[in-house]
Amino acid sequence: MGIMASRVLGLCAALLCLTACQRETRALTGEAPRRSETPSGQQMAGGGLAPPPVDPAGAAFEGVAFEISEGQRYYDWYNCYGCHAAGGGDIGPALMDDEWRYGSSIAQIRASIADGRPNGMPAFRDKIPDRQLWQIAAYVRSMSGRADKLAASSRTDDMRTTPPTNQARPGPEQSDTSGGEVRR
Amino acid sequence: MTAGQDLEPLEDEALRERLERVWAHPTGWRGVLTAVDHKVIARRYIATAFVFFFLAGVLALLMRAQLARPESHLIGPDRYNQLFSMHGTTMMFLFAVPVMEAIAVYLVPLMCGARNICFPRLNAYGYWVYLFGGIMIWIAFAMNVGPETGWFSYVPLAGPEFSPGKRTDFWAQMVTFTEVAALAVAVQLVAQILKQRAPGMTLSRMPLFLWSMLVTAFMVIFAMPAVMVATTFLITDRLVGTQFYNPAEGGDPLLWQHLFWFFGHPEVYIIFIPALGMVSQIVAAFSRRTILAYPAMVLALLANGFLAFGLWVHHMFATGLPRLGDSFYTSASMMIAIPSGLQIFAWIATIWDGKPRFKTPLLFVIGFIVIFVLGGLTGVMLASVPLDLQVHDTYFVVAHFHYVLIGGAVFPLFGAIYYWFPKITGRLLDERAGVWNFWTFFVGFNVAFFPMHILGLLGMPRRVYTYKAGLGWEVWNLISSLGAVLIAVSMLIFIINVLVSLRRGKVAGDNPWEASSLEWATSSPPPIYNFLRIPVVTGREPLWEGDKLPVMSGLGETERESLCVSIVEAEPDIRQKSAPPTVWPLLAAIATTVLFIGSIFHEWAVVWGAIPVAITLCGWFWPGRPTRKALKERSA
Amino acid sequence: MIRRITRLAPCLALAGCAGVQSALDPASDQASSVFGIWSLMLWICGVMYALVLAFLAAAIWKARHRLSGPPIAEGQKSPADRPLTRVLTGWVGLTVVGLLVLTFGSFLVDRQLALADQKNAQTIKITANQWWWKVEYDDPVPGRRFVTANELHLPVDRPARIELEAGDVIHSFWVPNLGGKQDLIPGRTNRLLVTPRRVGLFRGQCAEFCGLQHAWMALDVTVEPQTAFAAWAEAQRRAPAPPSTPEALRGRDVFIGAACNSCHQVTGQPAQGQTGPDLTHMASRPSLAAGARPYSRQALDEWLRDPQALKPGNHMPLVATRADERAALVAYLDTLK
Repeated sequence: MGIMASRVLGLCAALLCLTACQRETRALTGEAPRRSETPSGQQMAGGGLAPPPVDPAGAAFEGVAFEISEGQRYYDWYNCYGCHAAGGGDIGPALMDDEWRYGSSIAQIRASIADGRPNGMPAFRDKIPDRQLWQIAAYVRSMSGRADKLAASSRTDDMRTTPPTNQARPGPEQSDTSGGEVRR
Repeated sequence: MTAGQDLEPLEDEALRERLERVWAHPTGWRGVLTAVDHKVIARRYIATAFVFFFLAGVLALLMRAQLARPESHLIGPDRYNQLFSMHGTTMMFLFAVPVMEAIAVYLVPLMCGARNICFPRLNAYGYWVYLFGGIMIWIAFAMNVGPETGWFSYVPLAGPEFSPGKRTDFWAQMVTFTEVAALAVAVQLVAQILKQRAPGMTLSRMPLFLWSMLVTAFMVIFAMPAVMVATTFLITDRLVGTQFYNPAEGGDPLLWQHLFWFFGHPEVYIIFIPALGMVSQIVAAFSRRTILAYPAMVLALLANGFLAFGLWVHHMFATGLPRLGDSFYTSASMMIAIPSGLQIFAWIATIWDGKPRFKTPLLFVIGFIVIFVLGGLTGVMLASVPLDLQVHDTYFVVAHFHYVLIGGAVFPLFGAIYYWFPKITGRLLDERAGVWNFWTFFVGFNVAFFPMHILGLLGMPRRVYTYKAGLGWEVWNLISSLGAVLIAVSMLIFIINVLVSLRRGKVAGDNPWEASSLEWATSSPPPIYNFLRIPVVTGREPLWEGDKLPVMSGLGETERESLCVSIVEAEPDIRQKSAPPTVWPLLAAIATTVLFIGSIFHEWAVVWGAIPVAITLCGWFWPGRPTRKALKERSA
Repeated sequence: MIRRITRLAPCLALAGCAGVQSALDPASDQASSVFGIWSLMLWICGVMYALVLAFLAAAIWKARHRLSGPPIAEGQKSPADRPLTRVLTGWVGLTVVGLLVLTFGSFLVDRQLALADQKNAQTIKITANQWWWKVEYDDPVPGRRFVTANELHLPVDRPARIELEAGDVIHSFWVPNLGGKQDLIPGRTNRLLVTPRRVGLFRGQCAEFCGLQHAWMALDVTVEPQTAFAAWAEAQRRAPAPPSTPEALRGRDVFIGAACNSCHQVTGQPAQGQTGPDLTHMASRPSLAAGARPYSRQALDEWLRDPQALKPGNHMPLVATRADERAALVAYLDTLK
């Protein structure tokens, strides 16, 4: 019994440690993550094959505080503000709501940024290095509360336009990429 | 033993038996968890603080290893930033302030001739909170969640945008832990020193160590709230997006600096002033002469305490504050050299006119004078706005504050350990090892830190994980790293000396140094009730006054009681009950820990976590009925 | 004091040969004034220190044989009480006088720095970012303004008014040979006045901890005669000569086709990125990556091959992954003179 309890405790501690380690990692490398780009086979709303909702490369960015923070910086640097504002949307769609036409997984968001989407979203594949694409995708997910709340930052040092990012409550994940009919 | 012993030997035996029963504390695990005796708590406090000291020392060695060569790849920037942040944080928050307070917790009640510290449960609570806070930050560090923005964590670098994750939150909450603990001790020291001294120990007869702790405790009470406010603002900025430090929303990064340094500068004196008290005790005991110019010394301590609050802006000369205002802080910073210089002179004069025996504690005091005066003089240089603008945030400053803090606080502390170790353990530390300990430390320290002055003048900024070759810094850095190794050797000698002497040291006896203050009037180590009879003080040096120390009677013997006296004249005033062993402080500390750690992760933890804290506090203060046994003994 | 002099002597000697980042080798009015107050401090504090040490040594020497006898408690007057108290008073008086001299001297120097002559000053705006310096030369004629990065050219004998701002966190601008430091704080503009008096190459470095690459955030400063400065400024205003070799031409295509121009700016090319250092004349600068390496083609190649190996955590991504692309890019960037 005692041994059992201590094992369970040890396991919990190890798990806690692993999650914390993952969340706090600062991978100071420039290497692009290796990934396989086999499309899911699903037809997307704007034409073309949808990316797979899960990509092993995304795990190194998903919910990692440092990567989200870097993504926040590049979101600004590459002027995502220009269309999406601070996430509330402007001439581009809002990123802090629950509507995801092209899927809400990190891999799908990355693909949307990299390949562009119909009605105005340019393809940034050649303009943003792959690593930074992943970082931006990780940050975009955090805007709607989809990243680990403990990894997202509360605010930037700019004018306040949105509620604290780490207080956002996420809606259901949407891996469906079939178009705008989702929800309402 | 107390002087009353040979007058009424029979009654003494009965009294001893009775006091032992009344003040007895449980043994085994229960005893560990419920202890409220100030000596037990203080021993743990000192040991814990030294563990943190050695851990932070290891971090310093790692940094020196990285900096020994230019453009070294031993440690990357991410880890290095955590190393220096943890080194500074541990040394300042988990070692320097706590160890000074810990020694005070041990000595102040004894020097006051009291049976226990005035708020024993608060004392236990303070220790547990400190311990849990220290463990928390070190576990966080081991899990790669250690602080990364330095011990003064300037915003916006430490703010939500530039310090992602929970690293800075752990740091900020650790500050809260240690400040709560420090405040808990501070209020006790004030109450103890002002209200629970031995009868006859008027303010003008108080040992200088008590004066220094009184000043320190008041400084803690005024300085610590500022940093707790600052770190709480930081946590709310990071957790719920408040805008205290965001200039775009009307906040101000300089607000952090003002709040932090309003604490941060007095903090240095909170570490340093207790050391002044220790030095005064050691100099008097080993020179066998009362300290010269006692009233001037007391006034100097008070002046140090007051002036320390007027200096904080000299950490901010480079931020572009108004020039004329800066000059005010220049003169205030220069002024504090006057009381410090006076004290240095008085100690040397005391040695001059005394009959000094150059044992290890006095050696450390002499080392203190040699090192600290140099650090004080570079402090005078740093007070000058134009000169500070050159050397601010360089290795010159690193050299300066290590000269002041190691020279001004750690050397006296080591002297104090050699001096009071026999009182605490009943055994003397080995003298030969002590001399080796001193010389290796003294030489190692100067080799490690003197070159840093030059490095600063040659343009090396602090907090760099590496540096460019060819700027003339290589040789000084290498020398400095070698010095660090010598300090490590010295610390090893110290640890071995302590461990061996604990078992096999020479038995000390009550007063091995023939010193004069009250703690030497009882046995070594003191009995659980400290003094068989409460001593009465008739002069500034009670044990040098005559053959016998007068004692008083009238304090309860069937219940835990302590004596309150009037503040100035120390005339017996009232009898006050002293709390028995209890587990509630520990439970309250655990509840506090849950609240503090929880609120790193979730804002509502403040609300839900307050409930267990309230419950444990209710249990703590629940009025107890006197036990039947106590009633019977009282009627007998 | 003698010990201090002997200890400082090698340092001063050393400053002579390696003084590009040294407060002991002043090259401007401001640094000279500070060096003056430093010397005054060193002397006064040195004498004070010597006095204390001498008194301590004398006390130990005098007391070394008196070991027995009862302790002197309060009230048992020692014959030395009165003279010692007198000397103590004298010592405090001496301290006060010394501190007054230093405070007053410091105040005068500070006043001198604050009231320095600004006539005909060159205004330069410096913005610090993690972890590089953006340097903008102001001019009454808008077309004559220009931008550079991680280098500062100053005309000798002409005051420079440097305006300091921060793009992200707090940094501190510090060129020891030219004067004291001044913080760059988000939301504020600080000013620093420098009047260089000696031609030479100097090095400055960020002095306020600013994150992962605080160690490699340096600035090359060139103080040059006014004519040379004017020529340099004129060259900075012009776009660099277009690439001529096939490899450099290909490199330009890589530069414009890949992510480089998202962050970097090159005048005369479709590269208008504002978030990274301006590269218009990068090949003419003394160093690379904010002082991390002296500029050379090999260093540039090393930097592009793995920016994170040289400066872990900095924001320069890996762009040209193929060796031939990188070689072309290096060839192009090397033409930006």
